[in-house]
Order: sequence, then structure tokens, then C-alpha cells
Amino acid sequence: MNEQTPTPSERAEKLQGLGSSRKRVEDARFTQGKGNYIDDMKLPGMLFGDFVRSIYGHARITSINKEAALALPGVLAVITVEDLKPLKLDYMPTLAGDVQAVLAGDKVLFQGQEVAFVVAEDRYIAADAVELVEVEYQELPALVDPFKAMEPEAPVLREDIKDKTEGAHGPRKNPNHIFTWEAGDAEATETALDQAEVVAKELISYQRCHPCPLETCGCVASMDKVNGKLTVWGTFQAPHAVRTVASLITNIPEHKIRIVSPDIGGGFGNKVGVYPGYICAIVASIVTGAPVKWIEDRIENLSATAFARDYHMKGEIGATRDGKITALRCYAIADHGAFDACADPTKFPAGFFSIFTGSYDIPAAFLSVDGVYTNKAPGGVAYRCSFRVTEASYFIERMIDVLARELNMDPAELRMKNFIKKEQFPYTSATGWEYDSGDYQTAMDKALQAVDYTGLRTEQKANREAFERGETRKLMGVGVAFFTEIVGAGPVKNCDILGLGMFDSCEIRIHPTGSAIARLGTISQGQGHATTFAQILASEIGIAAENITVEEGDTDTAPYGLGTYGSRSTPVAGAAAAMAGRKIRAKAQMIAAYLLEVHDNDLEWEVDRFVVKGAPERFKTMTELAFAAYNQAIPGIEPGLEAVSYYDPPNMTYPFGAYICVVDIDVDTGVTEIRRFYALDDCGTRINPMIIEGQVHGGLTEALAIAMGQEITYDELGNVQGASLLDYFMPTAVETPHWETDSTVTPSPHHPIGAKGVGESPNVGGVSAISNAVNDAFAHLGLKHTAMPHDHWRVWKTAQKLGLTG
Amino acid sequence: MIPGQFDYHRPASVSQAIGLLAEFGENARIVAGGHSLIPMMKLRMATPDHLVDIQDIPELKGVREDAGALVIGALVTQTELIASELLAEKCPILRETALQIADPQVRNAGTIGGNVANGDPGNDMPAVMQALAATYDIAGPNGARQVAARDFYEAAFLTALKDGEILTSIRIAAPAAGHGYAYQKQKRKIGDYATAAAAVILEMSVGTCSSASLALTNVGDTPLYAAAASQALVGTALDETAIGNAVAAAKDITDPAADSRGPKDFRTYVAGVMVKRAIETARSRATA
Amino acid sequence: MGKTHVKLTVNGREVEGLAEPRTLLIHFLRDELELTGPHIGCDTSHCGACTVDLNGKSIKSCTIFAVQASGAEITTIEGISGADGTLHALQDAFKEHHGLQCGFCTPGMITRAYRLLQDNPNPSEEEIRFGISGNLCRCTGYQNIVKAIQTAARELSAPKEAAE
Repeated sequence: MNEQTPTPSERAEKLQGLGSSRKRVEDARFTQGKGNYIDDMKLPGMLFGDFVRSIYGHARITSINKEAALALPGVLAVITVEDLKPLKLDYMPTLAGDVQAVLAGDKVLFQGQEVAFVVAEDRYIAADAVELVEVEYQELPALVDPFKAMEPEAPVLREDIKDKTEGAHGPRKNPNHIFTWEAGDAEATETALDQAEVVAKELISYQRCHPCPLETCGCVASMDKVNGKLTVWGTFQAPHAVRTVASLITNIPEHKIRIVSPDIGGGFGNKVGVYPGYICAIVASIVTGAPVKWIEDRIENLSATAFARDYHMKGEIGATRDGKITALRCYAIADHGAFDACADPTKFPAGFFSIFTGSYDIPAAFLSVDGVYTNKAPGGVAYRCSFRVTEASYFIERMIDVLARELNMDPAELRMKNFIKKEQFPYTSATGWEYDSGDYQTAMDKALQAVDYTGLRTEQKANREAFERGETRKLMGVGVAFFTEIVGAGPVKNCDILGLGMFDSCEIRIHPTGSAIARLGTISQGQGHATTFAQILASEIGIAAENITVEEGDTDTAPYGLGTYGSRSTPVAGAAAAMAGRKIRAKAQMIAAYLLEVHDNDLEWEVDRFVVKGAPERFKTMTELAFAAYNQAIPGIEPGLEAVSYYDPPNMTYPFGAYICVVDIDVDTGVTEIRRFYALDDCGTRINPMIIEGQVHGGLTEALAIAMGQEITYDELGNVQGASLLDYFMPTAVETPHWETDSTVTPSPHHPIGAKGVGESPNVGGVSAISNAVNDAFAHLGLKHTAMPHDHWRVWKTAQKLGLTG
Repeated sequence: MIPGQFDYHRPASVSQAIGLLAEFGENARIVAGGHSLIPMMKLRMATPDHLVDIQDIPELKGVREDAGALVIGALVTQTELIASELLAEKCPILRETALQIADPQVRNAGTIGGNVANGDPGNDMPAVMQALAATYDIAGPNGARQVAARDFYEAAFLTALKDGEILTSIRIAAPAAGHGYAYQKQKRKIGDYATAAAAVILEMSVGTCSSASLALTNVGDTPLYAAAASQALVGTALDETAIGNAVAAAKDITDPAADSRGPKDFRTYVAGVMVKRAIETARSRATA
Repeated sequence: MGKTHVKLTVNGREVEGLAEPRTLLIHFLRDELELTGPHIGCDTSHCGACTVDLNGKSIKSCTIFAVQASGAEITTIEGISGADGTLHALQDAFKEHHGLQCGFCTPGMITRAYRLLQDNPNPSEEEIRFGISGNLCRCTGYQNIVKAIQTAARELSAPKEAAE
């Protein structure tokens, strides 16, 4: 018998646990068109809702006439703010402590704002009815420039709160001011900047863009009047939080609400928030007694549901002449649009922007952020990044390059000179973050070698000389970026959303025959949780990943959790899975001890079984123990084998990476080609290398999109520009370059399996690397900084200003 | 995005189609590939009461040679245009252009007739047709007539096509064997309209340009036939000075809109770059 | 403006139904025929999530009326695997090479690749990238999709070569 037993390493391989490039269990249904996305849902008697939206950026509503729409056969209701007021649903709380109009009252505050909700028998009739609702407006001057929001003559946008001098995050300075948020030591930074031998200054803007997942937002709300239960299926990145919010706003008891996230076609932050469409669908279902579906179209998605970024950062960086950074200061204007619906932990109105010292040991740092209202769509979500970390990382990575020009120093060298050193971890930054682990120098060295950085600079020198001689009209740029992310929100002591601590959870049930089901508080939107969480558990409990079902997204069955965004699934829910697995193992160990008639301490865990120390032929496999848990009466031990863990992480995790990008710019057309992109990621312990690589490819492609083109702008009347895929840049396979990936592994010391999270790193680091490369191409001509997005015309303008276009 | 209601008609002949257009007047629209009209209908910027689908009309199909002219039926899709060996041999600029339009699926649906007839200044084929001195065969209630591509475009979405008329085919006198050609287009991404684009057809005779024809896409509210720029090339060796003169003359007639592709000065500049590169490419391809 | 009769052959099966002339093919497939594999991503014929095969050509079913397609043969993602349920080589290869993440673009992407490989059984990387340029993917960065299509191309041409 014994000699036939596979060796421990053979058995471990069969489990497909940590480190296995296990193929995804999700793929079978997706490749056959059998996914279940929200618009695939069909319920008997289901109705469709559609919005009448504001055509103006800022206007007073003088009348709404719904008669013609109601007269159209097949139209059941036209809901306006007057219908919502008696239900106290005219406004809903936002995640940021503000309120947002569900349907516009006296005024509209952005183009595309929800004005009325039409409910009809099918989506075609609903669309017809939208055309028939007559809304009269009196146009008002629009405020679209965030820098003008604080000026005394600026139009007052939010009349509902204009006299409120105290906001959710402290005093408000004027009617368009939301908050001022500061971090670091103002005085010490002032002194250090005064004393610095060199100070570089720059305004770094990160344009308004949009996560634009391929599936738009939507839901189906169904109020079952017989048992008083509301079920809402929808594109929710945080289903439990939605349930709690829905209960708070509707006063329906939480146990009478079920929120379900079916398959989600990408989120990237866009599906974190609660939108008027969800509330209106719920109200419509209550009013009509039928299920109501609401699905936004792409133009609605880009112009009304949550945008990202729109940060305008004035930076000052001080250093010694030989390149030791001594101080960093930033003043930022954050354009939050018409309502503060920013998705950040409550105590962090500017998210984790104070991680703006990046990967560098900077002794003095201070920042101040003013959030303001403008006549733009609300939002401010973390588009494939942790709360405002991309803005922070972009800021410091550009400032480092600006300083490098000032010092006439190589940007890679300047970075290495200022890295937090390996022996300094855990490292506390000037703004108070405790970085868990890192080995930046090793990662940077590996990256520079991999791309032959010295060779690239030599080639660039030759290119510049050839350009000077008129032999080429292309300029080569080399962008170096080194980012540190802060993910896995987060410790409950610091981080909550609407008062809900940002822990996460996992519940495991082992079935008698040795397979299992695990449920978590997170929700996959393409990350492959059903694959990777099973891998974590496989390694913890010795049951093959293929025998573990992972379920998420149904609040009636899953344990409470805060959802998936900010790369928190692996750091928080992944940890919960490991901890729950360990509880299972602990109970299994007691059962094994009973069955093998030894003391607990005489057993050791080996891959998938407990073995009696010193007697390898005496063991009980997890399968045997699972069966025993259900059929043996064991004194002092309850039957069954289940565990639940609610994991409150002691700290965030800090993934990092070194990215290098090489571009060739045609100065006559502004066309910029990415010749090479190398990405080294250190996300700690690697659960599934295949999935990590896929996440990096995807994140880099989004970084490319942002750096090279994605932008939502408004004209001075408040008309949103470019809000369809004709204009909004979504790279195709042709525009997307080949991505090279690499890694180092520096485990997190506080995470049960040492993992840090990776999904968002490539967006954080990628944007900086590309932007640095474009800037670098012109650096020898005296360019300090040119703003994103680096689309053709802006790049051309840069060349033109430098006198390159004849 | 849901279109408004309409009645659907699928005539089997040009005369039936013209009859339907006559019957319903301005409330009727022709649909072929639909990639211009249907998005407009989904945005409710076009709300025809009657849609006349011409897909079943055999006269509008196919590519053929007729008395030395290349005749391309209005229903020929961009994909069919790309696949046509006849056109590849006699008039390769069409394939080169079609490959720069939209994406594979859209090219499978989008037709040459729709591309040239709807008057969208962003469409690529009109400028190419102007460079090729093509004529459009038009059928209408008062019989058939022909309009030169260079006379066809009046303003954005406004053409010589009158209510009730259908563009049935495009007639091109095949450029001389050994001619040089190029369609140079700058766009932001696959599927985009041109920031600026230039079509060039030219002939070389013992080192001298004996004929040249240049036209521009999306830098005015119509395609622009660049007569002066064309003239600037004829009789020269297509040297730097001649190309410079052509570029300057071409830029002179542009009047691009400022849009998300860039401001006016940029799009004008790029038009010049496209002209220069198109001439250089065409020169390198010309065999005499 | 009543309803019109629409007759299609979808995935080898003849289907008939009534539709308003304005009913888009994508809605007819999804809502009437309950073939929810093809998706709507952009509404403006840019994203390709709605791609189906119509008379042997890939098209975007969001920009054609069902009535225009009447009489046509249509293949959707649901009709790509074998009648016995055997997966198409592309479906296997997308899984094997991690050519999908959220899965929303996948049906359109595979349906497009299915036609691409019939038109060009041995495409280069550049031809694949150009050939799928009407299909947007937000998750994968395309690299693994390209790899999957290359693998499937090899797989599909292998048995033929072996037989020769």
C-alpha cells in the first residue's frame, strides 16, 4: 500500500494549490457563451426602465410634463423627483458622506444627470417614452474649471447644501468647496524646502478618465410583495455594502433585502458606487409590483456613472545638489463633479493620496488637497488602483523625473539613490504609512539589466544626434517608473466605508466525501476568484482545488464582506480564506488524533493529511477526516467540518515594481509607438502565475489607454465631450504592444500566505512609465513636463513648442 | 440606444427602390450596410418613417470592367473591394484605402456606395474617388445621370444626390499601368476617422511627373480635391521643392474642424505631412 | 408599423419570429431567441462584443436590424462547439492560454476568431491582431488572445496535415 502512495510533492502538485498556473474554472461557461451577466437575466413580467437625462450641464428645471409619455401604450410609469420625495428617496447618501440627487429636483448639475425614470413593457417602448417626456430648462452658467470653483464669483452649484459650513470632512470654505485634507508635517516640509539646494516645481495634472468596463452598469430589482423581500441583481463590486446602504435608504430591514452580483463584465472601479439607476429600479419595482431592469448604454456609462482621477497637483521637490531628496510638497485640486460620490474609506477623502512619497525615503513631506464641486458627473473612483494611489504614484514619478532634469542626473540613478533600503522595512513614511516589506534595489537592478538600460541610453544618444543632423524625424524616449502601491484596505481601525469596517470574510464547508464549498465576501469581475481562492484553500486544507467550489456575490449565502476593488481581494479575503482553512485544519487535527489514538501534538501536517510523527505509515487524509467528521461520535468534538473567518488585516500590503518603457515619437505627426515595455512586479507570494501575468497584461493595456488617450472633457457650457467609443480611447489589438513581464518575490510579513495583490499595480506603474518615456524623448531639448494624455495632437504641440515642426 | 419606429421595404430592383422613394419622399431613407445610418437612428438623430433596404438589388452588386472603365456597384462592401483581384491589379489605391477603414466586421457590412454617397466628410473613399476622377452613376425618377466625384460634395452630409435618387455605381477610368498611388491616413486608432488623410494618383515619365491628382479627407466639410497641389507636381521630378509646393498648396485649401482629434493647426499640419508622405510613396511605386 | 416576420437559420436551426422592423439583430438573438452569448458593449459598432457570423462573414449584430438579416444563416458563440458538445479548438485554446478574464468580450472574440481562421487558416501575429481589431477586450491586453488563436490555428490545421 504504502509504496504506491504518491510522494508528498506529487500529491502537492495534484492539489493545484499556491504557485500553480491552474487553468480557470470560470472559462468553460464564458467560452461557450453561457456566462450570466445582468442583461442576460429575464424574469416573468419584467419591465424596463430608462432615463430622461439632462441635456444641460447646469440649468434650472422649470417643468416636467410626462403626459405624452404616460399615454404611450406599454408605459407603466414615469417617475420624477416628486414621486421620490414622499419616500425620502430624492437624495441618496454617497460613499463620501455627501448626498446625491437620485432624480434632479430644481436644478440639474451635470449633462446626463438623471431627471426622470420611465418604466415600460420593453426597452424599445421605454426609449420611445424617454423621447416623449418634456422637460423645460432655464440654462445657468456652467462651472467646469476646478481651479475656478473656489473663486468668489463662481456660480453656486449645490443649492441644497450652500449654507452648510461643515462638510463630512471638516469646514467648507465656500459653497463649491467639499473638503480640505492634509497630511504630513507642513512646518518641517517648509523648512526643508527653504533649505534645499535645489527645488523643482511642476503642475502635474491627471486628466478625468473613466474605467469603461466592457459591460456597462445595470440591475434587475424585484420586490416580492407577498413576503416583503426585495432582491436586486446587478453589477455590484461590493454587494454587501449595497445591501446595507439599500436598507438604510429604503428602510426595508436588511434581512428582507438580497443583493446578488451575477457574472460581471469588468468593473475597474466603475461598479463600486450606488447609482440612481439602482434606486429608481427598486422604486419602480415597488410601484409596479413587477421586476424592473435597468441597463445603461455606453454613452450613459461614460457620461453619468463614476469617472476616475481629475487631480491637478502642484508639486515642489527639494534635494541636495548630488540628488538626495529632502522634501516633497503637493497642493492638489480634486474635481469631484456635482456630488461627492468618491469611493474612498471614510477617513480618507483623498484616498491614500498621502502615499505620494512613493518608493523613496523622503524625510519631510506635506500635502493638502481641496475637493471641489463642478458641473460634471460625480464619481472619483479608483480606476484599477487603490484609492487615489495612481494619482499619487504618477505625481511622484513625474516629479522625480522633473528633478532629474533639474539636476542633470539619470532618472534611474536618482531613483536608486533615494530608494527606501531593504533594511529599513518595515518603513514608516513621512506621512505615516508603514510599508510592510520591499527590496526595491534588487527589483530595479533586475529591470535595468533586463532591458540593457545603458545600451538604451547609448542608442538614445545616437538617435538624438541623428535627429540633430536631420537624418530622422523620430525621437526615442526611455521611461523609468518605480511604484509602490498600497492595497488591501484595510485595517478596520483606519478604514471603513459608511461605517462598515473593511474586513473581509470566508466561510468553508467540507462535505462528508471530502470536497468543499467556500463562500467569500468579495466578488470577481474577471480576476478569477473561483480559481485562485480554491488554490489558497487547496494548500491550506489539502483538498484539491478542483474539489472546492468558490461562491461569491449572493448576500443571502455569502458571509459579509466589503467587496472587490483596491486590489483588496487577495490581501483581505485571500487572508480570510487561509485563516478559515487553518481553522478547518485545526479541527481535522483533533479528529485525526482521536482516530489515530495519539495526542494532537504528535501529528504533523503533510500536504493533504496528518501523519504521526516518526511513523509515516500512520496517517489520516483530509478525505478520511472529512468523512469521520460526519459519521463518528467523537467525545468533545462537534460533528461537521466548517469554519468561518472574518479577517481584519493588521496592515495594508505594499506591492511594488519597476517598469521601463521605450517609445519612438514621430515629431511631425505626434504618433508615439511603444517599442518595448518591460514590467517587473513584486506582489509577494504568487498564487497563480498565469493569472498574475494576465492581470499585468490587462493593467498595462489600461495604463496605455489612459496615458495615450483616455479623457472625458467638458466644453465651457458643460457639454461632455468624447463620451462614446468613437472618441474614448479603448486600444485594440493593433494599438496594444507586446508586454514583457518579470518578477521578484518579497512576501508580505503580515499576510498569512505572504501575498500582496497585483491586479492594479500595472495601471499604477504603467501610466507613469509611458508618460515618463514621452517626456524623456524631449528632455534633451529642455522639456520639463508635458501633460497627459499623450495623444497625437498634444505630443505634436510639445514638439511644435520646442521648435521641431518647422 | 434604440432607434425609432419605421416601416421596412426590401425592393428587388432599382426601379422599385426609386418608386418607394418617390412614394414616401423625405420620410424614406435608403439603407445598405447601415453603418452610418443605423448609429444615427439609434441616437435618434435620424428618424425615417420608411427604410428602403437595397440589399436584394442585383444591379447594384459586383465589380466589372465596362469599355475600359472599372464599374463598382454601390453594394460592394469594403471587404469585397479588398478581395477584388481586378481592382487590386488596375486600381490598387482602393484596396489600400479600404484596409484603413473601420475594422473587419464593419468592412463586411459597409458598402462603397454608402461611403461615397452619404456625404460624411470623415469618410475615406470620397477623396480617393476625387483623386481618381471617378464619376457616380445615379438613378432617379427622371432617369439616370452621372456626376463627377469632384462635383458631388457640397457641404457636410449635403451632396448632388437629390431626394428620390440612388447612387447605383461608381465608374473609374483605370489609371495608367505603372501609375503611382498612395492613401496616407493618420487616425487615433482602428475604427477612427482620419485626423487628416491624403490620396495621390500620379504618373511618371522618364523621371518627370506627367500627371498628378491629389485629394484630402476630413480637413474640410467636404472631401477636397487639391487642384493647385496636383498642378504643382506636374512637370517636376517630384523633388523636395515640388513636394513642398504641393504641400503648401494642399494646406491652403484645408479648413479642418477642431475636435478631439486635435486643433485646427495640428490637423492642417498633419494634412501637409500626409500629402508629403503620400506623394513620396506614390513616387516610389510609379514605374516609369 | 406592425411587426414583421423574421426567418433565420441560427446555429443550424431554422427559427422564425415576429419583430418590429426596428428590432436590432442583437436584441432579437438575445431577447427573442435567448441566445445571450453575444453581448452589447458599446451600441456604436466599435467594441465587437455583439459579433456573430452572418452568411459566412463576421458582423456586428448591434448595427443591423433583424429584418435585414431575414433569410440569412447565422452562427453565434452557442453554435461554435460540436453538436456532441465537443469544444471548438478556439474554446479550448482560450482557456489554456488565459485568453479571457471577465468573459464579456469572449463570445464575440471567439466568434470573430472562428471566422478569421476559416478565411486565413495560418495567420501571422500581425494578421491576427489586425483580424481581431474590431473586438475590444478590457482585461487581457490581447497578448494571450493572440496566443490562443495561434494555438487553435495550429490545432485546426494539424489533423489535415496528418491525413495527407
